[in-house]
Amino acid sequence: MPQTLFEKVWNNHIVKPQTADTPAVLYIDLHLVHEVTSPQAFTLLREKGLHVRRPDKTLGTMDHSTPTTPRNALGIIPVTDSQAQKQLDQFTRNCQDYGIPLYALGTANQGIVHVIGPEQGLTQPGMTIVCGDSHTSTHGAFGALAFGIGTSEVGHVLATQTLMQYRPKTMAVRVDGRLAAGVVAKDIILAIIAKIGVGGGTGYVFEYMGEAIRSLSMEGRMTICNMSIEGGARAGMVAPDDTTFEYVAGRPYAPAGEAWEEALAAWRNLPTDDGATFDDEVVLHASDLIPMITYGTNPGMGMPITGRVPDPAQLGDVSEKMALDKALTYMGLQPNQPLLGQKVDVVFVGSCTNSRISDLRLAASMIKGRKVAEGVRMMVVPGSQQVKKQAEAEGLHDIFRAAGADWREAGCSMCIAMNGDQLEPGQYAVSTSNRNFEGRQGKGGRTFLASPLTAVAAAVNGRITDPRDMFVPEMA
Amino acid sequence: MEPLTSVSGRIMPLPINDIDTDQIIPARYLKTTDKDGLGKAAFYDWRYAGDGSPKPDFVLNRPEYQGASVLIAGNNFGCGSSREHAPWALLGAGIQAVVSTYFADIFRNNALKNGLLPIIVDVATQQQLLSLAQEDPATSVTIDLATQTLTLPDGRTVTFPIDPFSKYCLLNGVDQLGFLLGLEQDIGAYEAAHAPRVLTTAHA
Ligand code: SF4
Repeated sequence: MPQTLFEKVWNNHIVKPQTADTPAVLYIDLHLVHEVTSPQAFTLLREKGLHVRRPDKTLGTMDHSTPTTPRNALGIIPVTDSQAQKQLDQFTRNCQDYGIPLYALGTANQGIVHVIGPEQGLTQPGMTIVCGDSHTSTHGAFGALAFGIGTSEVGHVLATQTLMQYRPKTMAVRVDGRLAAGVVAKDIILAIIAKIGVGGGTGYVFEYMGEAIRSLSMEGRMTICNMSIEGGARAGMVAPDDTTFEYVAGRPYAPAGEAWEEALAAWRNLPTDDGATFDDEVVLHASDLIPMITYGTNPGMGMPITGRVPDPAQLGDVSEKMALDKALTYMGLQPNQPLLGQKVDVVFVGSCTNSRISDLRLAASMIKGRKVAEGVRMMVVPGSQQVKKQAEAEGLHDIFRAAGADWREAGCSMCIAMNGDQLEPGQYAVSTSNRNFEGRQGKGGRTFLASPLTAVAAAVNGRITDPRDMFVPEMA
Repeated sequence: MEPLTSVSGRIMPLPINDIDTDQIIPARYLKTTDKDGLGKAAFYDWRYAGDGSPKPDFVLNRPEYQGASVLIAGNNFGCGSSREHAPWALLGAGIQAVVSTYFADIFRNNALKNGLLPIIVDVATQQQLLSLAQEDPATSVTIDLATQTLTLPDGRTVTFPIDPFSKYCLLNGVDQLGFLLGLEQDIGAYEAAHAPRVLTTAHA
């Protein structure tokens, strides 16, 4: 029977198959944990007197509630929020008590959980990867089955290295053709979500395919898979190919020598077989795409940057009309208005969607020799300490600083506004992150999601600008 | 966990589509290390003004809906972040069941593990319940888990889906972790047959 990539990975991890009464029990190859969604799971372990079954398949990092402010004279990133400090202290203790390796705040490999896994070579094709975080879908870019779980499930994985799951349906998301200059991976995924809606992928695992996906770098594929959850899908996958293998090779946790050859042979068998079928399919044409931007309060409320904000009066469905009304009121936007020329206060380049080295290179090449517009605050937040180090080695931080942008320590930062980095009520931001929900970047803050190129264009002009109107750097 | 067989209570309308977990509990309330006390953070930014005063129009603040335990929501409830703080906050605010046309996958899983019932109904039933809740805040419904039925005030019953394993665990007060812990032999056998993919301790 021809199988899809998803089916192959799923079948390889079955400890106990699904029955009429019980879900399948899946083995988890890698469990990533962070300070915010794990404390109650560790408490449960303590209450029940359980140990962590495989601390050697578990890794902790600090990212969500950590400040990104500069280091002090001692080289330490000061935490001024006592509640965050308590959470970080408890996380450190939990990792120590249970023997879990931890990338603590400010240490060499610390960073956003979905940036560090791939960076260290921990994320590899064909694995099952979970984390108490919905953007775990990012790791699917390598042909891994990776998805977010709740804190109860974090407890299950800590204690047993397994999870109970019903088998999801599969959806082929095909993007044919080639992207035009100035259009990047972020635009593809925003266009997909605008097409299917935030609930369109509920119950599904996506497999992204087609020429446009194949031509993307690994970091571009991560940007796409990252936002699968914004289309409702818990996981999104891309079949591994030479681009994948080149990216993984030589990283600290990648197999080496003979083990590499063996791994490669196995990975080459993972792509979906000819004749395998999906439960559903969506098709986009890359050549139709232009830079995308959101106008509303969920990632599905997106449009081509040259478009006009939709009019609730034009919608037939009453509940959709209400949702759009509510979103436009929150955003302070009028039906039918263009977004080009809309004034912005803050530009945020960062998050697990767009904080990798290629994102920063792209942003830097666009801002080089230009200035952040007066009255605009631009923050650039590398996804990890390793990304920060690499960017500094390339002098990117100097380019950002010379333009007037703020260069920060690694972390989730303004993507989630629980660490001191946030919008003021009413402020408009163009952000490269993944969520424009009400208050996501700070109570009352208003977010336009876009690519790093569109973000820089807005920073330079102080207004939403089509990045294609500015010099578009050579893209790899 | 206590066994959960039924929920009876008054209904409260929140006719908004795609309510994400950032609305159910804003991220700044996630700096806690336990589950308790999150009820006051439920829907915080919809419920309270910038100065902390309650917004009188919001359904949780309206006197006629005090004590209601069944939330009738728009489509696609619970999308976004995986935070289990969302069901903890709803339960803390006295909500025992949420009715929608469909739920985001992670939220639904989280809710079921905490005894918060995600009840899926068709659009017609959802609209009927929303109208009833708006017209008469005294309206109550009964949700019976064993028969998977929701009974409306007019006596009409509608059935709802729930996976058999979650249903069994809820009805019997069984913690799902116990089931996995019972699989020690199977897990050991899997590990014996499959070399580890990565060992995080290798370079730590
Ligand atoms: S960067 Fe944002 S979306 Fe990504 S893990 Fe951090 S908080 Fe979540």
